[in-house]
Order: sequence, then C-alpha cells, then structure tokens
Amino acid sequence: MLAMNKNMKMALRAICATLLLGGAQAMAAIPIQHWTQPSGAKVYLVESPSIPMVDVQMDFDAGSRRDPADKAGLAGVTAGMTSKGITAARTPGSGQYDSALDENQLGEAWADLGAAFSASAGSDRMSFSLRSLNYPDLLAKAVQLGARQLADPAFPDNIWQRERQRLSASIREANTKPATIAGKAYAAAVYGSHPYGYETTEVTLARIAVQDMQRAYRQQVEPCRAKISIVGAVTRAQADAMVTTLLSRLPAAATGQCEPLAPVAEVQALSASLVREIPFASAQAHVLMGQPGYKRSDPDHFALLVGNYTLGGGGFVSRLTEEVREKRGLSYSVYSYFAPGLHAGSFTIGLQTRPDQTAQAVQVSRDVLARFVAEGPTPQELKAAKDYMIGGFPLLIDSNRKLLDNVANIAWHNLPLDYLDTWTRQVERVTTADIKAAFARKLQPQRMVTVTVGAVAARQQ
Amino acid sequence: MKQLLRLALCSLSLLGFLPPALAQAATPRIEQYKLGNGMTVIVKPDRRAPTAVHMVWLRVGAMDEVDGVSGVAHVLEHMLFKGTAELKAGEFSRRVAALGGRENAFTMRDATGYFQQIPAGKLEDVMKLESDRFANNRWPDEEFKRELEVVKEERRLRTEDQPRALLWEALNATVYQASPYRRPIVGWMSDLEAMTAQDARDFYRQWYVPANATVVVAGDVEPQQVLRLAEKYYGRIPARPVPQRKPRDEPEQAGVRRIEFKAPAEQAYVALAFKVPQLTSFEPGPANDDALALTVLAAVLDGYSGARLDRALTQGSDRVADSVGAGNGLWGRGPQLFTLDGVPAKGKTPEQVEAALRAEVAKVARDGVNEAELTRVKTQWIAGEVYKLDSVMNQARELGGFWVQGLPLDAGERLIQRLRGVTAEQVKSVAARYFGDDQLTVGILRPQPVDPNRKPRTPPPGMRH
Repeated sequence: MLAMNKNMKMALRAICATLLLGGAQAMAAIPIQHWTQPSGAKVYLVESPSIPMVDVQMDFDAGSRRDPADKAGLAGVTAGMTSKGITAARTPGSGQYDSALDENQLGEAWADLGAAFSASAGSDRMSFSLRSLNYPDLLAKAVQLGARQLADPAFPDNIWQRERQRLSASIREANTKPATIAGKAYAAAVYGSHPYGYETTEVTLARIAVQDMQRAYRQQVEPCRAKISIVGAVTRAQADAMVTTLLSRLPAAATGQCEPLAPVAEVQALSASLVREIPFASAQAHVLMGQPGYKRSDPDHFALLVGNYTLGGGGFVSRLTEEVREKRGLSYSVYSYFAPGLHAGSFTIGLQTRPDQTAQAVQVSRDVLARFVAEGPTPQELKAAKDYMIGGFPLLIDSNRKLLDNVANIAWHNLPLDYLDTWTRQVERVTTADIKAAFARKLQPQRMVTVTVGAVAARQQ
Repeated sequence: MKQLLRLALCSLSLLGFLPPALAQAATPRIEQYKLGNGMTVIVKPDRRAPTAVHMVWLRVGAMDEVDGVSGVAHVLEHMLFKGTAELKAGEFSRRVAALGGRENAFTMRDATGYFQQIPAGKLEDVMKLESDRFANNRWPDEEFKRELEVVKEERRLRTEDQPRALLWEALNATVYQASPYRRPIVGWMSDLEAMTAQDARDFYRQWYVPANATVVVAGDVEPQQVLRLAEKYYGRIPARPVPQRKPRDEPEQAGVRRIEFKAPAEQAYVALAFKVPQLTSFEPGPANDDALALTVLAAVLDGYSGARLDRALTQGSDRVADSVGAGNGLWGRGPQLFTLDGVPAKGKTPEQVEAALRAEVAKVARDGVNEAELTRVKTQWIAGEVYKLDSVMNQARELGGFWVQGLPLDAGERLIQRLRGVTAEQVKSVAARYFGDDQLTVGILRPQPVDPNRKPRTPPPGMRH
C-alpha cells in the first residue's frame, strides 16, 4: 500500500449507483446504435475511433439472483470457472478443429494477443468482457478465442475442487474481519430470504458440482438473452460481425428462440426495526444501517439519485460527511447509497469508528437521516447537487471504459437510447418536493436494520 | 543492439500490425515549462472529451519526514482541505463540487499529489483554488485536532485491523534501517497521538515551495493557454529555496533478516523482500540494465494468468499455495525491492511457500526463460501502452510520477523500448545474482485464533470530551 487517499472509494455498489447515470446537456448527443441480431442478441454500439482498441461487454440474466438457496455462490463460481480451460470443438461453418486448451494455455493465448477476456457475476447479471486492439488480424483472433471461451468452458472437476478449497480458505480468512461480519449480518437482515441476501459459505460451495454450473450455464447463457455493448474503433458492420462470431458457438444461436426464465421473487419490505450488536475485538467498530431500497425501473430514480448526493453520496460535501467526519472526527469514511437493480437493492449508510464512539456515530447518522427524510434538502443543497451532477456530467463518459459502463446500463435496464442525452434534463427537473416525497415513499427511518460489529470487544459473561 | 531487438520481436504477432496511427496515438505532444519561481508545468492535450485533469505534485512525501513526526506529510495533505486566508474549512471541496469536479489527494513515500477532474472549461477556476491553498493554507488548531482523529480512524481502518498490512509495516521497518522508507506512510500511532498543529505547519512551510512542485494538466486544453493560467496563478507564488535533503542511504545488508508477526487471522502469509538495483535513467549501465531485467523477471513469474509462479505453486494435487505474487520496484527516490509473496494452501507452511518461491527463481537462474515467455510479457506491455491512452487521469498521474523521479516526459515509451531490449540471458543473469540470502528479509504472518476476549491492539486514547 503505497498511497493514502484523503477519502477511500466506498463500496463498489456505491460507485455503481453513482456512476451509472444517464443523459447530457452541454454534450453533443452520444449516438448509440442499436439493433437485434437474428439470434435474438441485442447489440448497442458507440463508435469511438480515436484509440485503436475496442471494448465489448456481454451481459446475461445469469447473476446470483438465480442461485438456488442451498447453492449460494453458483453464478459467481460458474463465471470464475469459464477461464479454467475450454473444450475441443469445430469452428462453425468450417472444418477447422480447435484443440482443447487448459487454464494455462488459455491464459497464455490471451496474453499472446495482448488482449483480455474476463467473466464475473453480480446480483443480476453475468458479464463477459473483452478488450482488444482493433488491428484486423489480432481482433479476429481475439473474437474467435472469446467465442470459444463463451461457448465451450470445460468446467473441469479437479480444477473446481481446487478452486473450492481456495475460496473456502479465503471465506474463512474474511470471516476474521469485522467488515465481513458486518456485511453478512446486514445482508441477511435487510434481504431476508431473497437471493440478494444469500451468503456464500463453505457449505454452499461444497454442494455445488460442475454439473450445476453446466446446467445453469446452458440454460442462461444463450444468444437470445444477450445484451452486448461495444465501445471502440469499429464500424457498425465490424461490430455486427464481431457479435455474430462471439455468439456463433452457443446453442440456439441460429434460431433466436429460447424459453423464458423463471421469475425471481421481489425483496420484501422490513416489518420492524432490527438492531444487531455483534461483539468483536478490533481497532474499529463497523456500522451498517439501512433497508430495502428501490428497483431501477422505479420512477423515483432521479429524485433519489439527486437527493442521496446531499445526504451521503457527495464525497466530502454530504450531510453525513459534514456531521460525522468534518464536525466530529468520528470516521474516515461515511456514506450512503442506493443499489437499485432488477429488485429493490438496499439503501445503506456505512461508517467505521473507534469502538467507544460507536453509539455517538450511530446516533448522529440516524439524526441526519431522519431529518433529511422529514425535510428533504434545502434549495441551496439542491442547487449544489445539480451543479455537481449536471456540471460534471461529461466526466461520466470521458473514456471508452466509462462509456461502456453507461451503455451496458442502458442496455440492461432497457433505458431509452437517448438516455445519456436527456440525463442532465432529468436531473434539472428534480425539485426539493420531489426528493422529500420520494425519500418518504422509499425510506422508513424508524424501521431500519442497524448492525454494529466491534462496538463491544466481548460479551460480559 | 537495435537490429537484434527487431529480429527478436519479429515473431511477435502484435508488432506485425502496428499501423502508423498507433505511433501517432502513442506520442501526443507533451509540453513542459518552467515558471519564474521554479515551478514546473506539464501539459498533455487529449481532445477526446471536453474534460481535463489538473494535478499538483510535490516532491515531498513520507520519506522526507523525520522520526517522531511520522505521518505528518499525510496529515498535512488532509489539512490542505481545511482552509486558506480566503476560504473556510471545507469550502475548497464545496467549490470544486459546484464546478462539477471530482477531487482527492494522495500521499506516497516519494511524493504528495492533489487533483481535480473537471469539465475543461473550469480549468481556470481550479487552478485559482489550488494555487491559493498551495501558498496560503491556514486553519485553526481546533480543525487540526478533529482531522487528526479522522487520520487515526484511517490508520485503524487500513492498518490496525488488517493483519497483512501490519506484517508489511513491520517488514519495512526491518528491511530498512537508515532509509526513511522504514516508516509507514500513515505514521506510527504514537507519533499521530503526539502530533501538533505546528508540526504540520512547519512541514508545509518547509516543503511547499514552487521549485519543489509541478502542475500537470491533461485533457481538452491548449498548452499555451494553460501556461498563461499557470503564470497568472502559480507564477505569483514567491520563490523559496527547496530544503536540502539528507541522503540517509541504506547501508548494505549483510545477512538474512527474518521477522514473525502474530495477528488474528485464518491464513498464514509470507513475504520475501530482496534488495535490488534500481533504474535512475534510460542510459545503458549495470544498475539500469539489471533493474529492467528484474522487471521482466517479475512479469515472467507472475505477469499473466498461467505464468510460472501460478503453475508451480497454486496448481496440482499437492499445491503449496492458495495465491502467489512477484513484483519489482524498478524506480523510486529510495532503495527498491524485488518482492515475492504467497498464502500457504491448507496444510502447508509459510516456510514451504518461501522455499517454493525461491525455487522458481533458482530455476530461472539455472535454465533461463524461453523466448515465448519473453515475447508474451513484452506483447502485453506494448498493448498496454495503447490501453492506457483511454484514461486521461492515468496519463496525468504517470507524467507526475515521472517528474517526481526526475525522469523525462517520454519515460513511458522509453521504458517500453528498453524493456523490449531485455534478453533471456539478462533475465537468467539477474535471477542468478540477486536472490541469495544476504540481501533478503523474510516476514511471516502467524495466524492466531480470533480471541473474543483479547485486548485491543491499540488501547483507546483518553476521553476526548
């Protein structure tokens, strides 16, 4: 660790919730080209010719919300296993036979191309990412290899057993840390039995067999379900050909038909407040408080986004930072965020503080929240939020990587293609009354979960 | 030499396809100026989006502190947000936010940096704000006391509750004896407890002088316009001498050092630190050449999925480790290390991981590396030169980093050029020469059960109210 920042990035989710915005005002329109292939795959392209590179993100409805309860972690380990070797196969439409590659040969092949391919699973999506230079021969090889890795992961059992042991060991290690313990207790309390709250444990991993991965993968990773976002130095024709090749080895690529997946239940609202105080010996206590929040499709989205900037999303200038850190020196990091997804992801306030200050920090945070929900922001605060969000909009899309995140967000949530072009107008339109009403609809400060870990070193026997 | 290089790389598929556009893309115009007061200005235009990055770098970091006030460079960095003659505490951040800007700051061993990412049209506003706090930072003692508590929380978060961070802190304190690299950037807790507002003011007064700083601006900007703004806002700061720096050279290590560290954890961990030469320029020479070869060695060992360490230590039915790593410091204001580290697999000991890591280096020393590996790691670096153009922030950060080390603005390209020239023979040779016992320090984390009744490592300080 060579650098100390004035403020650490918050949880990944907080970043996503903040960055995955939409629309522009001062910016020229961002032309997103969109079409559907015969396979059913939906393609979203922004041509960005100035650097000879291309980024592709392929999203499928195969995130951890589809994990069986007793096999929590299935989506994540399935994604991870796609890099652990691919089977031998024939190239569609040609007689060429490609021999199998083990995990090391696959890693070497990507390194030799100067390209990268990775897979991961979030709560909603399983995502595959390809980054390559756009030089024709290199890119063609990278796309062919990506197609093989997408369609023909080998899921070797001996490698899975090794990975399972490694994951189990890292879970045991993580369980010695107060942040992990707080996060687990919080998710369980906020989400109840909903998959958003599932905990991956040694036990659930032990129940997962490679057959489970293969079954879920075959069912969920199909061209007709694919949302494919591309940003880079390629034309529409090139992008279309790339996508065709990338998906060509998956089953049902030709028909465009696939069965709808089963619906996933919604997150249930909390029925009562819950306080969990978990004893732990650590230099700091970790505090998480919150409740189920809202779905990304909710019409209150912009009011909540803008409002949360003032409450606890706005770096050094939010109310929470002002009261907890700047005025009282209680915590290095204090924040609030919403995590809207296909279901009502949580609203969360988080901080860490010296154990003897925990009660004070919790009380200050609760007071800030209660007052904000009751009164909303002041007109001055709303103006500051809009100045920041509208003025800073170009910073959300000033690299291919950031643009790709935004395009993939539009694709995933079926947002309008001009979403980025209208985004600043949507922010501008929000009023203090909108924010107050939206927060009142979504948050019940008297009915939240509060988890503290380490406020007391050990229970007095 | 150059001809040989080309021959060696002609099998590299990537190089066959480098179009002229790449040469152009990879070498945009970078301008460097020096203001009358000694401050440096570096500008890199990149017009893909109407945004810019504005950074101020100071060639002062934790390594410039002295015993008893460790952490003061970082505490001062926090205090730069606490006001000037004109601005109240927090006002700087409010104004940057009102411009739509993102901001932060960082403290390293070698340097301190402040930055804002902004719509390009707001450049003048942030240059005005930043130059003001560079010259006129001031705050009441009460602000200092509160912010010091925040910094202590930061230390608790990043170090006190992180067993591996604690191990590295102890390891650095053992690796280095005379070099100020032995102290943690965040500072020892007792030094933080004892720090005074005056300590921070003295450090500011001493080191925040124009000739010890550079302004880096990258993005949708015009160099001449940036220069005019820099002259207007930074140029008016009075020149003052840069304090003399004591060398504090690290004496040669003559024998292995070992430390053990016990902390509540589940997994053991081992880290090996070898003292190695470092690159000070791109000229050929024994130290520069070896430093480059060591960087290639680190990449061959751990530079891609399926590289040597992974294969040898983390795979197979009797694998030794759950994870492994290798890295070479390459350059810095203080002495550099080649590090190897790993987490033992269940049933294996840190000593077994240590032996297996060293065996992999010994294998390179004995048998060398093959051309395919060498080409592979070079290919990745060459492609990386293109990918890095996607982030204006990273480009600005890289330029500031080069300046801190006294390297030229084109250090990125020259580094790749020099790395491309490293031969398999050189890699074999450094593997044979730098990995004996005498320059080695080993740190082992011995995991302890989480004891629900253990006393906190740092007793809570006295009541604050």
